[in-house]
Amino acid sequence: MMDTALLYDRLQFAVTATFHYLFPQLTMGLALLLVYLRSRDLLSDGDHFHHVATFWTRIFALSFAFGVVTGIPLQFQFGTNWARFSEFAGGIVGQTLAMEGVFAFFLESSFLGLLLFGASRVSRGILWLATVLLFVGAWLSGYFILATNAWMQHPVAYRVTPDGRLTVESLMGLLTNPWLHWQFAHNMTAAVATGAFVMAAVCALYLLSGRHRAHAETCLRTAVPAGALASVLLITPTGHESARQVFEFQPVKGAAFEGLFRTERGADLLLIGQPNMETMTIDNPLVVPSALSLLVYNDLYAKVKGLDAFPRQDWPDHIALLYYAYHIMAGLGTLLLAVMGSALIRLWRGTLFTARRLLWLLMLSAPLPYLATTAGWMTAELGRQPWLVYGLYRTEEGLSPLVHSGNALFTLLGFLGIYLALGLLFVLLLVETLRHGPTEPDVARGD
Amino acid sequence: METLWYALLTCVFIAYVVLDGYDFGVGILSPFVARNETERLRLRTAIGPVWTGNEVWLIAGSALLFLAFPKAFAAGFSGFYLALMIMLWLLMGRGLAFELREHGEHELWRGFWDGIFFLANLLLAFVAGLLVGNLLRGVPLEADGYFFLAWWTDFRPGAQPGLLDWFTLLTGATMVALLTLHGGSFLTMKTRGALQARTEKAVQSTLLMLTPLLLALVVAVPFVQPFFGRHYKAAPIGSVLPLLAAVALLSRRLTPVRRRPVVGFAASSLLVAALLAAAAWGTFPNLLIATTDQTHSLTSMTAAAERTGLEAGLWWVPAGLALVIVYQVWIHRLFSEPANSDASSLTPP
Repeated sequence: MMDTALLYDRLQFAVTATFHYLFPQLTMGLALLLVYLRSRDLLSDGDHFHHVATFWTRIFALSFAFGVVTGIPLQFQFGTNWARFSEFAGGIVGQTLAMEGVFAFFLESSFLGLLLFGASRVSRGILWLATVLLFVGAWLSGYFILATNAWMQHPVAYRVTPDGRLTVESLMGLLTNPWLHWQFAHNMTAAVATGAFVMAAVCALYLLSGRHRAHAETCLRTAVPAGALASVLLITPTGHESARQVFEFQPVKGAAFEGLFRTERGADLLLIGQPNMETMTIDNPLVVPSALSLLVYNDLYAKVKGLDAFPRQDWPDHIALLYYAYHIMAGLGTLLLAVMGSALIRLWRGTLFTARRLLWLLMLSAPLPYLATTAGWMTAELGRQPWLVYGLYRTEEGLSPLVHSGNALFTLLGFLGIYLALGLLFVLLLVETLRHGPTEPDVARGD
Repeated sequence: METLWYALLTCVFIAYVVLDGYDFGVGILSPFVARNETERLRLRTAIGPVWTGNEVWLIAGSALLFLAFPKAFAAGFSGFYLALMIMLWLLMGRGLAFELREHGEHELWRGFWDGIFFLANLLLAFVAGLLVGNLLRGVPLEADGYFFLAWWTDFRPGAQPGLLDWFTLLTGATMVALLTLHGGSFLTMKTRGALQARTEKAVQSTLLMLTPLLLALVVAVPFVQPFFGRHYKAAPIGSVLPLLAAVALLSRRLTPVRRRPVVGFAASSLLVAALLAAAAWGTFPNLLIATTDQTHSLTSMTAAAERTGLEAGLWWVPAGLALVIVYQVWIHRLFSEPANSDASSLTPP
């Protein structure tokens, strides 16, 4: 039985981080697409791209507002709920989190205000510049946060001080953590996929309902190629290399998420099946023979270590959940590619805008990248357990000593209630924004 | 090095209160000065372009505290658990109320969010004052450098106080008055005509409330926390700060705001900054003063990160913040003219 304070603190971080990440993945992805739309606006005559970009900036802003307010609790929780960890590792994670604030978050927040309230006061060139800075801010923000996480997954560039705390050995080392390259690439591609799927879904809705046709065609032309490219990159090389990295540095996590209980030569790749934790086997497995050895080591007969190769106390503590999270992510990743791939082919042939069944599919696919990224983060973070800093510091050591479980439960319940309300509100407002739709060029007031 | 970081952090937190403080003040004043939808929109446009940028100073400040004084970050944030969680929820309410009110046109929808916006800002100012009060009074640090504060114990600032006692209630109320004044000064700069006159009237009556509150604090602080008076005796040069605050208060009272609104805002900014700096001066070198045993106090020396980390931070923090200041000043200047109600082409009509 897990200590209740530990359980509540972990659940609270999981709930707040999961809910938070629904918003920045859209803003980071849309930021890139907005840079494209604003650039087209600069290069073209007329207001068409300006109106398209303006509409999507509005959706960006909605998601950004929710992202900001749900993001602050994450940074605060390091101190409030994980005080011993903060004391132990503040010399490292304090650096990257502060960089995020100083270099990224300021940039993003300041220039979003300009974009939202200054659109009529500044030239198109300045709007373009503000959008680019918004993009830089959003992606830098992702970079520094991922640098923090990458360090917790794969600690580098640190030194233990005489009093047993950590201090940074080299900032450069921290920011060029080998773990970070693929993690950043994988994560940002996923964000682009989310942005592209949402944009494509909205425009599919408009085409299906016969509204805002010009707008919808422009953003499908933007979203579909971007989404298809992102879906490919998600699987290979970024997803593939991320998994290889796990087998290299965190083999027990790899064994757990593949459902590999026993060490095998020529290990099979498990597609479907339920892990049975009593017997340490997989029920009704569907496998590709030897494919796991091939994927990880480029060798059909290579030995892949199973869970039995590691001491029990180093196993992740929720193996079945970890296994499902990983398989849901991988399965959905494949599905994303199938959907966007077929859309791209139809776009290429010039028949996408009338392909009603495919437009329906695009519209209904909007939640898929969200599910995939959530499952992906669960894979990364559940798989990090039982460590808070991999191989260095265990999760149960990190708690705040004097915040007892009653207080942690109080705030966990508070967050659950507030986030339920926020989630409903977001959906309501998104629907309202979509119903209102973009300002059509012919009815736009000139400003 | 540790002292330098102490000073830098003090500046960042002061920047936060000066900047987001006027947002709070505008929120607190809004139901009192804005009489109709046009005027409410004017208030909105006054802070709309800048409030998110202002809020980031809090996030940057807490992250820099984490970087430079991890032990104080850990002890302080876990000890003030309840107050900080409420503050987080209030920040959510404030931010969303601001963004969401424009998404609906019904007067009930707007009225609801206006109410949330007012309450969140009022309580945020109060909680900020509460936290300052707790820092001044000290907290019951144990030998391992941790503490936890319940909401209240016996409402007296003794060895085992709660978040709320008569002293922190006083600092909370003072902060509400102070930021109302500050927000009002910001608004008089951003408005004209009847709205400006009404705001200035509210500012002047807030001033009347603020002055006795501040005097009460000046008397109370040395009683509640003897260390405070001792540090001023040891380093009397800091007495400039309370004097500066007095000058700022007086000049805010006397500024003919209609002709020189910028001077009025400068005076209230100086007032906020000087008061907080005076509080920090009396607390230095402590980050958290112990009410239990002075040797448990966390100081800039005992709570600091390793030298290598502090030095590494100095490579990038000042440069990064300088850059932020440059573009935030540019954005403030871009929106420096009085706010009109023609909000923007992006807010849905």
